[in-house]
Amino acid sequence: MSKKISRRKFLVRGSLGTLGVLAVGTYLFRNPLRRTLIETIDATLPSYSGTGTEATLWFELTKENKVIFHSPKVEMGQGSFTSFAQMIAEELDVSLDQIVIQAAATETGIVDGLSTGGSLSIATFWKPLRELAATMREMLKMLAAQKLGVAANSLSTKDGIISGGGKTLTYAAVAEGVTEWPELDEVPEPRSSGFKHIGKPVQRVDLGPKVFGEPIFGMDAEIPGMLHAAIIRPSAIGAKLKSVDTETASKMPGVVQVVKMEEWVGIVAQSYPQALAAKMKMKVEWDIPKVWTNEDLQEILQVGKGDRLASQKEGDALDPASEDVMTMEFRSPIGAHAQLEPNAAVADYKDGKVTVILSTQVIGITQKMVADAMDLELENVNIVPTYLGGGFGRRLNTSHAIQACELSKAVGKPVKYVFTRKEEFQNDQFRPPTHHIMHGRLGEDGYLDSLEHHYASGDVSFNSVLLPNFLNNALGTDVGAIRGANIMYHKIPNYHTVQWHLTLPFATSWWRSLGLLANTFAVESFVDEMALKAKKDPVDFRLKRLDDSPNAKRIRKVIETAVEKSGYVDEVVDGRAMGLAASIDTGTPAAHVAEVSIKDGNIIVHKVTCAVDCGLAVNPDQVRAQCEGAIIMGMSGALYEKMELKDGALTPTIYGPYKMALMRHAPKEIDIHLVQGVDIPMPVGEPPMGPIGAAIGNAVRRLTGKRLTELPINLEKLEA
Amino acid sequence: MKISFILNGQPQTVDVDGNVPLLWVIRDMLDLKGTKFGCGKAACGACTIHVNDEAVRSCSYAAKYAEGQKITTIEGLGSESDPHPVQQAWMEEIVPQCGYCQPGFIMATAALLNKNPNPSDEEIDQNIVNVCRCATYYRMRKAIHRAAEIQNNA
Repeated sequence: MSKKISRRKFLVRGSLGTLGVLAVGTYLFRNPLRRTLIETIDATLPSYSGTGTEATLWFELTKENKVIFHSPKVEMGQGSFTSFAQMIAEELDVSLDQIVIQAAATETGIVDGLSTGGSLSIATFWKPLRELAATMREMLKMLAAQKLGVAANSLSTKDGIISGGGKTLTYAAVAEGVTEWPELDEVPEPRSSGFKHIGKPVQRVDLGPKVFGEPIFGMDAEIPGMLHAAIIRPSAIGAKLKSVDTETASKMPGVVQVVKMEEWVGIVAQSYPQALAAKMKMKVEWDIPKVWTNEDLQEILQVGKGDRLASQKEGDALDPASEDVMTMEFRSPIGAHAQLEPNAAVADYKDGKVTVILSTQVIGITQKMVADAMDLELENVNIVPTYLGGGFGRRLNTSHAIQACELSKAVGKPVKYVFTRKEEFQNDQFRPPTHHIMHGRLGEDGYLDSLEHHYASGDVSFNSVLLPNFLNNALGTDVGAIRGANIMYHKIPNYHTVQWHLTLPFATSWWRSLGLLANTFAVESFVDEMALKAKKDPVDFRLKRLDDSPNAKRIRKVIETAVEKSGYVDEVVDGRAMGLAASIDTGTPAAHVAEVSIKDGNIIVHKVTCAVDCGLAVNPDQVRAQCEGAIIMGMSGALYEKMELKDGALTPTIYGPYKMALMRHAPKEIDIHLVQGVDIPMPVGEPPMGPIGAAIGNAVRRLTGKRLTELPINLEKLEA
Repeated sequence: MKISFILNGQPQTVDVDGNVPLLWVIRDMLDLKGTKFGCGKAACGACTIHVNDEAVRSCSYAAKYAEGQKITTIEGLGSESDPHPVQQAWMEEIVPQCGYCQPGFIMATAALLNKNPNPSDEEIDQNIVNVCRCATYYRMRKAIHRAAEIQNNA
């Protein structure tokens, strides 16, 4: 069904003429993708007149008959640029290699008002992006009809060429000289079947630049004449700058200026190594009101403390003291993002205007934050996003953009500020630690009669830039911490889920899949334990309590698929055991079977069979890549990763001591099955992470007879 | 001090404090940004380059040691028109996600295949010890085996 649209809701730029000449670029990039960015930076373009949360997009045609898509979403590895290209090609009738995608800057394009994240880029752009591409195609046809003197409906489009009445025109030729674009009365309906590009495993659009080392990341950006900066900030939690002796540092080679601010000190030098060397010589004293310890944290982080927010309340609550009630506790630690590209920002503050180039998931929010902090009008702040060297939620907080601006303003030159790895680990907005208490009771039939999940977590969406607290309160829960917490087995007569929201002394936030990994670990480990107690088949034990709702049917299907494809057996064979777990997150159910053995006290994951229902896969190859990555990153979180408090500071501060999954830990076999239970794309970047911790724990339970209840799970905890 | 070396086949001379890590000389003085800064402590491998065909983590390799050496970075390994077997395999298997760590892995793999043209899974596990946060290890392993195949059939 088509609908009326307002012209205001999108803008299509026919930029021939204005962009024919290569503008003198201010930014140094050798990459062709970047060169197009330079070209658009200096162009005079219409301003965006929609609202930030609308999917309002821009296309641009070039003389070479290419289509530039200024993406409001950034590419951080999730592959959405490639899928955007597929969706655009499908409706605009151009070939994939005619499309150039670049992240839009605030000055020249429409940026997402919120963020790139939540696994939502493809799912939320599925309809609007194809509608816009189809609209663009129809407008080009209307113009071509005028130019060729034939009826628009007699024209056909293919590979960026319009044909009809024995004549042809390229899109570029059609757009040439156009100042007034025709308006359509209705949005054309995008195609719903017979796809040429959608659903095909095409190569990533950014593959070449990433394999040949092109300078596409925020860390690679330069502005001519720029200086380099390091910053001194507190290591200990809550520490305040007391005094600083800058004398020795200011005389170090290459140091241009030491900039002392209220909470931090910046060192600006000719080169980054010089800035770092001067930083080492700085004598700093801190006021540390309290030296936080792991025990303090354990004390704060408990179910029953903080604000109580119930999210599920079906039937009666259990009496935990009752003999037939089984209770288990689970915990998960603080997690670091540990993305490989450290945060960096290049800022150029000049004449009351500032440009900042950086890797960010929040372009519009960074613009506002910088404008507020620097007391500038919004239009005088241009945020230029780049490819991200990993996001995972870390780049939802980009306050270092402000620091780069302050330093540039202080020295009157462009400044590039780069985090050290230690700063990165200590100033992360961590995955919050969690505590879970599960209660369960079996009915007379031996299946679950009652299930309760009580969990405590630090902020995920509370106190986040993305969602005001009144919304969290209105929703009755921290919408990030809750991911994966609710019980999905709705045929259980009594089920309750209660969140205890706690305030921690350090910042916590989004980490790929938010609460999903820890919550699913608690719920699915406990459900498995109840199945063992009931002496039931773990598959049947779960399926029996799924109802007939559409989502429950999809959960059932992924469990059945994972079980069938893995050849799941609930027994130890040749020293190997299988563990099953499932979850549903943002409408995408996933089920994993992990095949595990134990060697020299280490948990070895040999194979993971994964079934996921993410609906229509726009690019099945990249959906698989997301599943593979989520499984191994989830394994890393479940088996190895942990931040702790030491001397009042978060530690470790380097890879290695912050143990993560490496090549040797990754399963040799990952078998992914895409189940298409709905005909639209559903989120996929995070949901397949959910079940992995519990699936491994459930296998270990069968190998050892013991239940591991604390992430990261390892066998030392069994002996302790 | 003046330091001279061969960079990607071309003679280079830089005037720099000899204790500065070679990484920053390559990135900021010679403007080759494919070699990445990840940790500065040789713990992640994002900065891996070749010094006389051996993998070296350039963030912890003082520039003075480059004197007279043959240095190769990702930019000198291969190009889109003439990819190194490891790069070709990486394209075939569509390995990268965010891509930031990939040049380091590609350089480490190319050095491994120089010494060991047919690494077993175990040898890959022991030798390829860089960090990838997107966890593309599964495809990387496939790509390493594929690169060995391409290289051995060349």
